[in-house]
Amino acid sequence: MADPNQTKRVPTRGPMLETPRRNAILKKLNARPTVRGSAIALAVLMLFVLIAPYFAPQNPYDLMALNIMDGRLAPGAESMEGGRYWLGTDSQGRDMLSAILYGLRISLLVGLSAVLLSTLIGSFLGLLAAFKGGWIDTAIMRLVDFILGFPTILVALVLLAVMGRGVDKVVIALVVVQWAHYARIMRGRALQERRKEYIEAAQNLGFPAWRIMLFHLMPNCLSPVMVFATIQIATAIVLEATLSFLGVGVPVTEPSLGLLIASGFEYLLSGDYWISMFPGIALLLLILSINIIGDRMRASLDPR
Amino acid sequence: MALFILRRLLQSLFVLLAVSVVVFFAVYAVGDPIELLVSPEVGQAERQALIARLGLDLPIWQQYGHFLWNALHGDLGNSFVHGMPAVELIVQRIPATFELVVVAITLTCIIGIPLGLVAGLYRDAPLGRGIMATSVLGFSLPNFWQGMVFILLFAVWLGWLPASGRGPTVDVLGVPFSIFTAEGWRHVAMPAVNLAIANIALVLRLTATGVVEARSQDYVKFARAKGVKPGRIVRRHILRNILIPVVTVIGMEFGSLIAYSTITETVFSWPGMGKLLIDSVYQLDRPVVVAYVMLVTLIFVVINLIVDILYAVLDPRVQLLEPAH
Amino acid sequence: MSQDKTLLDVRGLRTAFHTEAGAWPAVDGVDFTVRRGEIVGLVGESGSGKSVTGFSLIGLIDPPGEVVAGEVIFDGIDLCTQTEEQLRKLRGDRIAMIFQDPLMTLNPVLKVGEQMREAIFTHYPKTTRKQADARCVEALEMVGIPSAATRLDNYPHEFSGGMRQRVAIAIAMLNQPELIIADEPTTALDVTIQGQILYQMQKLCRAHDTALIWITHDLGVVAELADRVAVMYAGRIVETGTVDEVLSAPRHPYTRGLLDSMPSTAEPGQRLHQIDGMAPTLAGREIGCAFRPRCPNAIARCAEVPPENTVEGKRSYRCYVPLVQELV
Repeated sequence: MADPNQTKRVPTRGPMLETPRRNAILKKLNARPTVRGSAIALAVLMLFVLIAPYFAPQNPYDLMALNIMDGRLAPGAESMEGGRYWLGTDSQGRDMLSAILYGLRISLLVGLSAVLLSTLIGSFLGLLAAFKGGWIDTAIMRLVDFILGFPTILVALVLLAVMGRGVDKVVIALVVVQWAHYARIMRGRALQERRKEYIEAAQNLGFPAWRIMLFHLMPNCLSPVMVFATIQIATAIVLEATLSFLGVGVPVTEPSLGLLIASGFEYLLSGDYWISMFPGIALLLLILSINIIGDRMRASLDPR
Repeated sequence: MALFILRRLLQSLFVLLAVSVVVFFAVYAVGDPIELLVSPEVGQAERQALIARLGLDLPIWQQYGHFLWNALHGDLGNSFVHGMPAVELIVQRIPATFELVVVAITLTCIIGIPLGLVAGLYRDAPLGRGIMATSVLGFSLPNFWQGMVFILLFAVWLGWLPASGRGPTVDVLGVPFSIFTAEGWRHVAMPAVNLAIANIALVLRLTATGVVEARSQDYVKFARAKGVKPGRIVRRHILRNILIPVVTVIGMEFGSLIAYSTITETVFSWPGMGKLLIDSVYQLDRPVVVAYVMLVTLIFVVINLIVDILYAVLDPRVQLLEPAH
Repeated sequence: MSQDKTLLDVRGLRTAFHTEAGAWPAVDGVDFTVRRGEIVGLVGESGSGKSVTGFSLIGLIDPPGEVVAGEVIFDGIDLCTQTEEQLRKLRGDRIAMIFQDPLMTLNPVLKVGEQMREAIFTHYPKTTRKQADARCVEALEMVGIPSAATRLDNYPHEFSGGMRQRVAIAIAMLNQPELIIADEPTTALDVTIQGQILYQMQKLCRAHDTALIWITHDLGVVAELADRVAVMYAGRIVETGTVDEVLSAPRHPYTRGLLDSMPSTAEPGQRLHQIDGMAPTLAGREIGCAFRPRCPNAIARCAEVPPENTVEGKRSYRCYVPLVQELV
């Protein structure tokens, strides 16, 4: 009589290792990039950018260090003191390389803080909406729909027109626009997770609602938000650059890359391209890196 | 169907009202409204007269009432800088922006959709992968800087195209358009491409993922089992299914493009609504800013309505679901 | 030229699915034949490989799956060596297929009429629209759909589940195929509808001398419908024979187990019989006979070498200790 509970392990057949089209088919089953790898890459990138200004040859904010006679020099030109301006200078005599390094840091800081705040606020509200339901849900989601119905740039522009310039104001404007995305994503995921058994179990065990929401529900809803947030860092950076370019973003005293590019615009037609081009390339590289990492992160979480 | 349209119309009206409230209170109630609305160069006596006439000494609700009443009559105040009604000022500039946006959308469709189709059908081949990789570049480039690169390349270094401005116009149905002149095309080329690139990348990726998803559907397998030719499967089965989300995205992007034209118009000095907005913000010409927001909201609301209706028309499943509420 | 009545001859068919670790054969050396006008039931539980077999016959296995070995000889042509274009010409014309889920197999955004007509136009492009429509209406009436002419302009979601499956059957019959492969077409449907569809299919196949491979997990359906039956387990065919022979005197213990588990063979009030254990996963099949862990009669040899096919007259089975008694 066969014993289905037999403990002796019977050998099973191994897989086939050679078939006519195995190689071709395997190529399509790409090894997926890992989320951890992407997250580490992102962290390294950011650290690098944040530290970079310490290596800058000149502090572009220090007005005493600037020499207006060195203004608008082409890349590679020599300075009055004998050093080299590897990327040229702007109209004020600022070393482009240094300005770019400092500008990168500001761009990244603005992007990161905007995303961080938006994620916190948006996720919390989305979670609340999903968990409480009822009129809270309706109210929050109506607001979300309203905000998302308008193009980000326009809302930010008008907000800054009213508030004036400043790094903090830019962050506020970005947060006001972006939180709605996170709220929607979080709510969608939370609604799905809320029906699962572990939530029911927690409720039966008598945990207070806020505890369930924050410690049980939230951790399981984080992954779509994280992916979105990564890509949004790049979007926030571009947005800040654009707003600064248009003259409503950061003030002249703390130039971000967008402002640098704007300052070089008028000299473009006369051929002094470096004031606008190099900051732009730096910006592009930053954004491209973040987007590529974000794309890989998204691909690794995609079940397909 | 009629019920659907009616409900959407009501929603749209509500949105317009909400925006009017937000805008009004943002501009007229935040900070010192007198300082905001009365031009700073005006003398003391005139200031008082203006204040009285503008009703700035009235309770805020009455002010809003006046604002709304005027708005419904198409009066959103006069521009400080130009002295003429803000609405008129903006409306004058609409054809230029509209032109730019239409050309950009056309480019999006004729480049984005076919490329996306190819990228989706050849997803595992180098061609597909190459197209998708390039598309990341498309939406990573900061729009304004991209425009400047174009200017540097095509206007300063190669000298093929003009660096700024709109070309000569021709009146069609009483509205001036520049795309009907050859010289006009030289001017519109760079700005339109600049505006379109991020959009093309977006539509491309959307189409590609749509194709990949459609291909794995059962009805495609069933069509193959019927012996239907691959070309027809792509054309009739796959394309029809992905066209629905793609069309709606393009429709929604129309509004977005109007917004992003502010950047392109600034870089290329294109005399459209967007440039007017930036100039007005710079010059603190607040009535124009207010008027712009109201008008653009109106445009968006109308576009969303049209897109919703289009969606219901294109997808035969949607109509049946509506009455089942 | 085949004057004898064998229409389809499948030999040693092996279809595997690739993973990083290697390829696992879902279909592991399958042989069976189908004669003209014959109805064959291919029976097996989920995971036995029966649906994969059906798709493998006409080359509809997509990566990560691959047909690794075997011959599928259809009227003298080996389908496994045909190009995609050559296969395309046969599909829908000489060999048709009906899928399991009628909701997803019809494209929701195209009208039913168009989806029917394209089956005709792709093989007979010279057909006029009127002729095609007439054939479609005829086919729909044949499967029992009322007001067929107006129905052509409807969308799939305007049909009920049973009707959609009838439409799928109608499409299959449009070009008068010599063979139809039906992959669990009634599994997703109501039992009463199932009966109607079975009846319809049998009638049509008899009338047009169409061979039919009916893939199912339900032995009861096979009993009603088929001439011959092939029982599949873990990627192999473990027993074949005429329906009468196999159901009254099964040779393979698995077949016996299936028969005993059928609710209709149980006495009222009696506990339903179950086969002990569970069917193995793709990667968990034993080296010898895959049924061994669940078999009441297993001997030592069963764990070492998979049984060869024993032929007994018109039937066959793979077992070292076949059952020999007749069922009452």
